[in-house]
Amino acid sequence: MNYFLTPEQELIQQIARRFARERVAPLSAALDEKSEFPRRLLEVLAKTDLCGVYIPEEYGGLGGGMFEFCLVVEEISRVDSGVAISFAGTGLGTIPILLYGNEEQKKKYLPDVAAGKKIGAFGLTEANAGSDSFAQETTAVKDGDYYVINGTKQWITNAGEADVYTVVAVTNRAKGARGISTFIVEKGTPGFSFGKKENKMGIRASTTGGLVFNNCRVPRENLLAKEGMGMIVVGRTFDQSRPGVAAQAVGIAQGALDQALKFARHRVQFGQPVIRMQAVQHMLADMAIQTEAARALVYSVARDIDSGGKGVAKAASIAKVFASDAAMKVSTDAVQIMGGAGYMKDYPVERMMRDAKITQIYEGTNQIQRNIIASELIKERDEW
Amino acid sequence: MNIVACIKQVPDTSEVKIDRETNTLIREGVPSIINPFDLNAIEEGLLLKERFGGSVTVISMGPPQVESALREALSLGVDRVVLLCDRAFAGSDTLATSCTLAAAIREIGFDLILCGKQAIDGDTAQVGPEIAEWLDVPHLTYISAVEEVSDRSITVSRLLEGGYERVRASLPALLTVVKELNEPRLPGYRASLRAKTEPVTTWGAAGLNLDPANIGMKGSPTKVTRSFVPELGRQGQFLAGSPEEQAAALIAALRSARIVHGSAKES
Repeated sequence: MNYFLTPEQELIQQIARRFARERVAPLSAALDEKSEFPRRLLEVLAKTDLCGVYIPEEYGGLGGGMFEFCLVVEEISRVDSGVAISFAGTGLGTIPILLYGNEEQKKKYLPDVAAGKKIGAFGLTEANAGSDSFAQETTAVKDGDYYVINGTKQWITNAGEADVYTVVAVTNRAKGARGISTFIVEKGTPGFSFGKKENKMGIRASTTGGLVFNNCRVPRENLLAKEGMGMIVVGRTFDQSRPGVAAQAVGIAQGALDQALKFARHRVQFGQPVIRMQAVQHMLADMAIQTEAARALVYSVARDIDSGGKGVAKAASIAKVFASDAAMKVSTDAVQIMGGAGYMKDYPVERMMRDAKITQIYEGTNQIQRNIIASELIKERDEW
Repeated sequence: MNIVACIKQVPDTSEVKIDRETNTLIREGVPSIINPFDLNAIEEGLLLKERFGGSVTVISMGPPQVESALREALSLGVDRVVLLCDRAFAGSDTLATSCTLAAAIREIGFDLILCGKQAIDGDTAQVGPEIAEWLDVPHLTYISAVEEVSDRSITVSRLLEGGYERVRASLPALLTVVKELNEPRLPGYRASLRAKTEPVTTWGAAGLNLDPANIGMKGSPTKVTRSFVPELGRQGQFLAGSPEEQAAALIAALRSARIVHGSAKES
């Protein structure tokens, strides 16, 4: 399908595709097996300029938006979404700075992120604050020119690998949701350490772990936005980043479809390639339908966000749910079409199936997304 | 540090087939690429520039379509590309090619010249060292690591059969490099945009002050009298098992071929 990409967007897509096929693909199985963070690959990506694809040119980026970000995430995910999310995790940590950082904060952090010299992360989830993200237990108490942070974050993408962390903490418990704030915390700050690295089902090249704050003193100028705006920062960040997860899902679905098609063309049973069998053809057709529909949705939402569209929350949630469900279904069917071969680690589709599951879970489970969609529907007026 | 990297556009030999009638490569429909070892040369040039400043110029001699290889070099981030293109260069062997390249490199000016160890189509490994001879600078071949660079000298490792050799040469110098030296980068976004519009400097024979006797057909003493596929003479055989079993199998084979005589006990 023609999505009318500009020549610049086509170039971004081509470079990301070459990176994925030439550099990521040969390493994917080993990164998955060893659960190894792809630092070297991110250095290779940095030299293509794509680390700064969504960062304004004045801060050293390419000046693209979420649409260009999604193109990169999709192309890498088509080969290995664990690697893609190691890149996108920096995006999630950086979007709050892009949206709410003041000039000094932007100048300090964005150029290094754009150049791929610094990796970012976003610290929201806690043991008792998952889907119920307002139930934050980490605290930040003001002490002169500092905030003193105490608490533990868990399941944080890029934990320990990242240099810059956007961290959510309670600054005023009495104010409830309006007593939560966001801070930029740099790796190496005294009192800031890392918990255990998780052993995951999928996206195993991506590092997931805990952030531990023990009387961690963060300078006042690292407060992002104003005190009490934390949950607004979180909400707006996720509205922007959700198409990134959806793009990851589209990439997984396309990658699984690529593999299933190639296999079905070459695998001969009953004297013919299995692609000649209608049972297989219909599965492939359904996979193509879901993948393309998901892509169309994700691209539309990303463009809406980049054009400054208001009220993108519902559309972003719709895209995230649809694309992640498609990724799960398509990757499962790819394994089915490939049968025993698909189940073996010699082929990448079993990994894609494991990788797909997380897209239905993180950055808001698909159940939470449906809550968001429903709450927006309830707010809408009757059309006629 | 002003660096010149020499590249050759070659057919992608992983895609190429051989015409069994004429014993020549079937080049039609085969994609052209930058000779892979030359990508290592470009990469090392860019890495040295990142460390010491200066510029990286990529040069190639060939027909007009070599421009696409030079544009690819631009997309990797080199500063300038030069194409040597003239009917007078047609039919050059390695000697004439190196003479022509050397004249152009002298014109560009250099502290260091980088070449791939050999081209994957001709596999001669001659052009690099010949350029150094024409320019009267030292050349170091099969470089797998650049260890030290000072204003006046360069210290490198040569990858040889059975080991490494650490050597130092005065600058300016020419290196031919192996793939172990580095991992070539991918095209960058900004450089790719520039590569679309950047002019490719093209030089012919006229401006290079070349002796017509040294270039093209006239400057090429190489004559191909016949090309053929070597006859398969001997066949290797691998012996398996423990060293004792392998030795016994070897002796048995030598005996049955009547190369050695006598029984096991006697020997």
